[in-house]
Amino acid sequence: MVNLFNYIEKESPVHRLSGASKFALLILWMLAAMLSFNTPFLLILSLLSLFFFRLSHIRLGEVRFMLIFTLVFLVMNNLLIYLFSPELGVDIYHSRHLLFTIYGRYTVTQEQLLYHLNVILKYTATIPIVILFVATTHPSEFAASLNRLGLNYRIAYGVALALRYIPGLVSDFQAISLSQQARGIEMSKKESLFKRLKAASNIIIPLILSSFDRIEVISNAMELRGFGKHKKRSWYMSRDLVWEDFAAIALGFILLFYTIFWTVWNGGRYWNPFVA
Amino acid sequence: MPQPLIEFQDFSFQYFAQAEPTLRNISLKIYPGEKLLIVGPSGCGKSTLAHCINGLIPFSIRGKSSGSLKLKGQELASLNLFEISKTVGTVLQDSDSQFIGMTVAEDLAFAAENDVLPREELHRLVREAAEAVAISGHLKHAPTELSGGQKQRVAIGGILSDRVEMLLFDEPLANLDPASGKTAIELIDALQQKTGAAVLIIEHRLEDVLHRDVDRIVLMDEGRIIFDGLPDDLLSTGLLRQHGIREPLYLTALRYAGLDIYPEMQPHSIRSLRLKAEEKQKLQAWFEQTPPREVVSGRPLLFEAEDIHFRYDNGFAALRGVSLKLHQGELMAIVGKNGAGKSTFSKVICGFEKQQQGKLLFDDEDLMQLSVKERADHIAYVMQNPNLMLSQTLIADEVALGLRARAVPEDEIRRRSEEALRVCGLWPFRNWPVSALSYGQKKRLTVAAILSLNPQMIILDEPTAGQDYRHYTEIMEFLLSLSQRGLTIVLITHDMHLMQEYAERAVVFTDGRILADDLPSAVLTRPELIAEACLKETSLFALAKLCDIAAPEQFVQRFMDFERRLREQQSGKGVNSGQPL
Repeated sequence: MVNLFNYIEKESPVHRLSGASKFALLILWMLAAMLSFNTPFLLILSLLSLFFFRLSHIRLGEVRFMLIFTLVFLVMNNLLIYLFSPELGVDIYHSRHLLFTIYGRYTVTQEQLLYHLNVILKYTATIPIVILFVATTHPSEFAASLNRLGLNYRIAYGVALALRYIPGLVSDFQAISLSQQARGIEMSKKESLFKRLKAASNIIIPLILSSFDRIEVISNAMELRGFGKHKKRSWYMSRDLVWEDFAAIALGFILLFYTIFWTVWNGGRYWNPFVA
Repeated sequence: MPQPLIEFQDFSFQYFAQAEPTLRNISLKIYPGEKLLIVGPSGCGKSTLAHCINGLIPFSIRGKSSGSLKLKGQELASLNLFEISKTVGTVLQDSDSQFIGMTVAEDLAFAAENDVLPREELHRLVREAAEAVAISGHLKHAPTELSGGQKQRVAIGGILSDRVEMLLFDEPLANLDPASGKTAIELIDALQQKTGAAVLIIEHRLEDVLHRDVDRIVLMDEGRIIFDGLPDDLLSTGLLRQHGIREPLYLTALRYAGLDIYPEMQPHSIRSLRLKAEEKQKLQAWFEQTPPREVVSGRPLLFEAEDIHFRYDNGFAALRGVSLKLHQGELMAIVGKNGAGKSTFSKVICGFEKQQQGKLLFDDEDLMQLSVKERADHIAYVMQNPNLMLSQTLIADEVALGLRARAVPEDEIRRRSEEALRVCGLWPFRNWPVSALSYGQKKRLTVAAILSLNPQMIILDEPTAGQDYRHYTEIMEFLLSLSQRGLTIVLITHDMHLMQEYAERAVVFTDGRILADDLPSAVLTRPELIAEACLKETSLFALAKLCDIAAPEQFVQRFMDFERRLREQQSGKGVNSGQPL
């Protein structure tokens, strides 16, 4: 199935969780990982996220694009941090253990290395979880579970519908772009960037008009089949919550509370091995 | 008489945005279990009538109405849309954009979900509906993975769960290949017999709908009901032709042979048609008298594709060794079922996709060296949906767009735009906004916009989709005149009539290969080809066999030649093509 969510159908404990509980876990997990610079904790989170990834039976090849994408970000992020503040770690940990100097102000310290390790661990702790959520959550089931959590079903259905229509929008965009090129509007690299941008703006009007057409037809079709008739609706894709769902949500809260508790106890967000 | 399901009494309707009423003094009764066909040219009000029945008018689309419209004895306006949808189930024209759910199963369940049925019930209903429309094997598929015919079956299955008393189909045959269209008509018939619901079909492809019997036909034009009665009675009159609806081809052939059509002939279907011996003889005589058309030959080679292979990123091999030659001024049709590689082939020619293997030559120049834009100087591509091609506000700007992109001087642009607009009959509208044009006019505008670039070859994807007979004839005559000026034209189409009537040559695609490359009449009379490429045998062939004509293929060809000469004569162009009639 081609859609933005890139749902990959498999049989696994992760797939069996409902979308809403996965979403809750995702948010709590991200908060915990983002708040904390507690290196051992981040290490545990990373291991845990890899464990869940294994559990889902998703193969690395199936999510290659997302992995490469985030890997590029990870490298860029670290590179930029080092380029702009090579001694950020020294400031943060209030100590300086110089290992060696590359050139001028670009020194390498233990503190800086620890800081970079933290940044990397934040990625490894969160990215697998995000990919997991995207790859194991069926959009309709997600909409159904959001509705179960109390979100208005019109909004929940809107979310699912938007996802359903994105592929159509993409193919319209491609069709319009190709027909413009066939009219002689050059969009290949043979043309300057400015002209290509200007040409791209020609695509917008037909795209908007064709989307309006789509919206009109779909809203008529939905009304004709009774959408909005009752205050509630049921969902073909809905699922009953199982104990694993509650366990997942509980895990999320435990992680977040632990982070907050530890930060208060520690008197700061940074785990600091340099100050005895 | 039982109580009518639907009863119009002196009903008129006018859209707020329009100066004239769209429906005028309609009186019409539809009884439970009846099967009714509504025909009429574009803009005759037949879709508006459908919207009045399913409640979109007045509940979603506003306007002014007078007279009375009752559903099961109650004024329809006093009900609400949801109550109406429990009685009338609608399958809209475009089965792609009315697909609501993310997968087949969810779309089938949609109405029942809105009725807050428990989940087990939803799953049971979906299983039943999927079985009823034979789509059980595709429950988890997304709409993009389905063919046009399958999407339509899902749409029909989606309204079955409501146990409606009336099924309303708005142009169910648009966008379907001939074989899927035939299946759709058979499915509608079978469902009616099973559920006993009334069926209302709105369509202008009369002959295709009459593949299965209907009880009554209503002919509409300019917002009025022109005829309301038995199919045999309507077909015996000349009303269809007068109001721009194409009558079944076998009847046209009988008329050409000088025969009268009368109800006892049972003209509603080629299978029911009864002809007396002398009538058959008359048709045979006509066949023998009609001269075959001269075949044009010796035109220079323009385009050549050599052993083209193309595979999409997902591994699907769309083209598997396609070789084809096109000559200057040729008018060729490419036919075949959805997914046979027709569109992919045209994309490869235009450079939208790059073949992995094979050569494309245009005027002995290798196309692989050229970008999409450079190829467009020689080969133009017209998409099916003109709304996706038109990007400017004013008509004149739309035509000038490609020329401006090529930095052609302004006075040259004016000269070439004028020529293109005149050829396409849009010159009087040159200062209008594009949005003021009708669908058919927009189609012609897209052709004008590429004609101004002086291409030697045009590829058109479904040039007449959604057009009634009058507009269809207009567009096709126009394309024919272009080909007579030496332009090479390739049509990609599902429409067998179009292929028969206008193409000199038909190329049949199946599974990424060319299955046949022959005269259209030959293609439409070879049963094994018809089955494999999801085409439909022409009724002319059956008629020829019915009348014991020894060479039925030739009968089909002569009929088309005869029609072509007739048209040329009517438009005063029959000077150098065959004998005068």
